[in-house]
Amino acid sequence: MSIKKYIRSRFFPHIWCPGCGHGTVLNGLLRALDGLGINKNSVVMVSGIGCSSRISGYVDFHTLHTLHGRALAFATGVKLSRPELKLIVPMGDGDALAIGGNHFIHAARRNIDITAIVMNNRVYGMTGGQYSPLSGEGTLSTTAPLGNIDQMFDVAALAQAAGASFVARTTSYHVKELSKVLMKAISHKGFSVVEVLSQCPTYFGRKNKQGDAVSMMEGYKSGTTPIGSKAKQENPDLIERGIFVERQSPEYCEEYAKIMDKAQKKKAKA
Amino acid sequence: MSSTVKFVQGNEACVEGALYAGLEFFAGYPITPSTEIAEHLAARLPRQGGKFIQMEDEIASMCAIIGASLTGCKVMTATSGPGFSLKQEALGYAVMAEIPCVVVSVMRGGPSTGLPTHVSQGDVNQARWGTHGDHAIICMTASNNQDVFATTVEAFNLAETYRTPVILLFDEVVGHMREKLEMPEPGAVPLVGRLRTSVKDGVNYHPYLPREDGRLPMSDFGGVHRYNVTGLFHDMWGFPTDNPTVVRELLRHLVDKIDNNAAQICKYKEFHLEDAECVLISYGSSARSALHLVEERRALGDKLGLLELQTLWPFPEAVVREKCSRAKHVVVVEMNMGQVMAQVKLAVDKPGRVYLVNRYDGVFITPNDIMNILRLIQGKGV
Repeated sequence: MSIKKYIRSRFFPHIWCPGCGHGTVLNGLLRALDGLGINKNSVVMVSGIGCSSRISGYVDFHTLHTLHGRALAFATGVKLSRPELKLIVPMGDGDALAIGGNHFIHAARRNIDITAIVMNNRVYGMTGGQYSPLSGEGTLSTTAPLGNIDQMFDVAALAQAAGASFVARTTSYHVKELSKVLMKAISHKGFSVVEVLSQCPTYFGRKNKQGDAVSMMEGYKSGTTPIGSKAKQENPDLIERGIFVERQSPEYCEEYAKIMDKAQKKKAKA
Repeated sequence: MSSTVKFVQGNEACVEGALYAGLEFFAGYPITPSTEIAEHLAARLPRQGGKFIQMEDEIASMCAIIGASLTGCKVMTATSGPGFSLKQEALGYAVMAEIPCVVVSVMRGGPSTGLPTHVSQGDVNQARWGTHGDHAIICMTASNNQDVFATTVEAFNLAETYRTPVILLFDEVVGHMREKLEMPEPGAVPLVGRLRTSVKDGVNYHPYLPREDGRLPMSDFGGVHRYNVTGLFHDMWGFPTDNPTVVRELLRHLVDKIDNNAAQICKYKEFHLEDAECVLISYGSSARSALHLVEERRALGDKLGLLELQTLWPFPEAVVREKCSRAKHVVVVEMNMGQVMAQVKLAVDKPGRVYLVNRYDGVFITPNDIMNILRLIQGKGV
């Protein structure tokens, strides 16, 4: 399987650090799109600002590299004006859930057919390792040199509560699962959220003494478990992987199409 | 030729102008005194296959119209002072990425939430400098419903011609005042459509390679050309770069495409300027008070004239200099602390003769207000 056809090789090398998990996520994403056989002209990738958001420049789709936190708002404009297009929005955890938190919950509430990928490395990488809303209490960062006192939240739970109709979590270690989950997310009609734990050895790993990329990925292997596993019952600290929710629910663009029909019938009557 | 006559608010005249110009996508967030624009479009757009969305905030609205514009739609958002502030970052994005769009601010008093239901013309400088960095911008205004309609159509035409956001600044009195609007027949006013690339499928398309005439043909997202759009400085492929030559040339292009065409872009009206000893300069609803006074005083032999500005940015320096060259006094009438006056002083040969007649208390400026100050300026006492 060749995924090179999706790459804009002219713009390589990429800017990611050695050991960064984002390249793995990109690989998994391209395999998912390839597996689904989606035409490149029908994919629009919209990203915000940050390491993860540079993905959009490297791939041969219609790509929109926007403002910090605003990717979903731009994507909503693209999707509503051209509902037949596939919208994929890769974001970092700070991008998606700090500055972009409002857009995140409202995109989920509308259940607009966009696939949001939250590449969670628990840190602001591009600006040099500050804590993010997903860093978690007690972690160290350049803006929490004495330990972070901010509580983190659970992206998957937040997305479900806000109305996303597909919610999943996986990691950069579980590469085959990553592609499979993304295939399902992209095929799903409605707002899909896939959280991918993606290591940042340069900032998060180094500051928090988690070793190199390999040991961080080993941490994903040992620290996660499939949803509802026996291991989870025995060890509640394990992070669950898999699909948390996958349900049919009215999709925004389809609902708007009904509004247009209604308005036009009303006009014809008049 | 027949035309439809309507009795509408200024905000509705803006809606009519936008629909006439071919608006297909509107995203907005309610804020006084602009809200009627969103309300009317929520009803009107779906009837003709257009899209309306009430976003979660002003920032999202601005971002959404940029996304929609890239798919080939004519797009607009509408807001007022504080909401306009929120849009500024994305407005800069539209400048940088050269996205055609129209942004309406129906002005209210500020700073901050200020005076929500009162009149002001305080967004003139925000329109020019609200976003960061050096850049050019087009900003237009109007003083009556007929002009609101025409100016809105023109804003879409300019946005498409120059691939740029165009700002419409109306004030609360213009937005809410009800008066006659004569709707031209479809086709009576020329419209500028999206300039799309003629590059065929399979041939390299460079989204940011200007043609000889400076215009950049676009390709719709979802079409056959896949390219990158970014708010970073970018090369002709739209890929981020910090190459000093590319950066310099892009910034020059962004500024020159507007500044070099200022003469075509700038619209104004003049009343009794031929022999005016005192030139009033105004715009928006305050220009109506100024015009009332000019006509009243003309009848009494006072040599007053009015230059009504319809384009605020690029500032019509050449027009202002020429029209004021023979005047003893130049009096700027506006409802702020002198935002346009500062520009007039820069434009004219004798800035010492430029005076300001203004209000900034949320109360509409009347002909009497202007007359009282004018007598002082003309040395006639109170």
